[in-house]
Amino acid sequence: MKTFFLAAISLLGCAVAFSGCASANLARVKPWERATLAGYDMRPDRDPLHAAMSEHTFFSREAANGGRAVGGSGCGCN
Amino acid sequence: MRPGAVGALLALTSAAGRTEVKTGDEFPALARARIVNLAGGGEALPDLTGKVVLVDFWASWCAPCKASFPVMARLHADYAARGFVIAAVSIDDKASAAAAFAKKMAPPFATLLDPEKKLVQQVDVPAMPASYLLDRHGRVRFVHQGFHGDATERELRQHIETLLAEKD
Repeated sequence: MKTFFLAAISLLGCAVAFSGCASANLARVKPWERATLAGYDMRPDRDPLHAAMSEHTFFSREAANGGRAVGGSGCGCN
Repeated sequence: MRPGAVGALLALTSAAGRTEVKTGDEFPALARARIVNLAGGGEALPDLTGKVVLVDFWASWCAPCKASFPVMARLHADYAARGFVIAAVSIDDKASAAAAFAKKMAPPFATLLDPEKKLVQQVDVPAMPASYLLDRHGRVRFVHQGFHGDATERELRQHIETLLAEKD
């Protein structure tokens, strides 16, 4: 009985949390509103020097290299 | 907790607020959404009555959309004579950007503009690009999200062939 009660409380908690996600008040960028995100200025690798420095920092801190490249910018297409 | 209950809850919450046009729905009329022809000069919208129609939503800033144009040109070349029409609707904010893109690509099919974003909001496209294949009665029979090269072309051809073969 106690387990069932806890499960019900958890389910209710999840419902409240997820209903917040479904709220219309949250800013949702629709696929057709991503022109600015798709711009060249939004590319993380637009500055080669900055990209090389960031990669070096990442390599030094994480002892890992590469594998971070993502093609294109932020339009979220496809 | 039962996994089924969690699944149902997730499905319910993710579906909340979504009204996108789906397979089986009637596609909204282009004229009612104040769609205009990018060719300008009072160019009329393409006649879609009784045709198998591919409504494609694109934008000048969308790289996969650009890649999809040559494929749509091939589809137009192969099927237009059999009653297939492509209506490529731009959702660009700037009409000039859409017009420049259309001029550069010079597709053989109609390039249109949704200046007030009425149609795209009504349809609630789930991704860019997105294509809606309509049967001769204007009903959505297939929805394709994104563009995946040969796989997309194969899939579209298969559905177009099926719809063109339908007599009524």
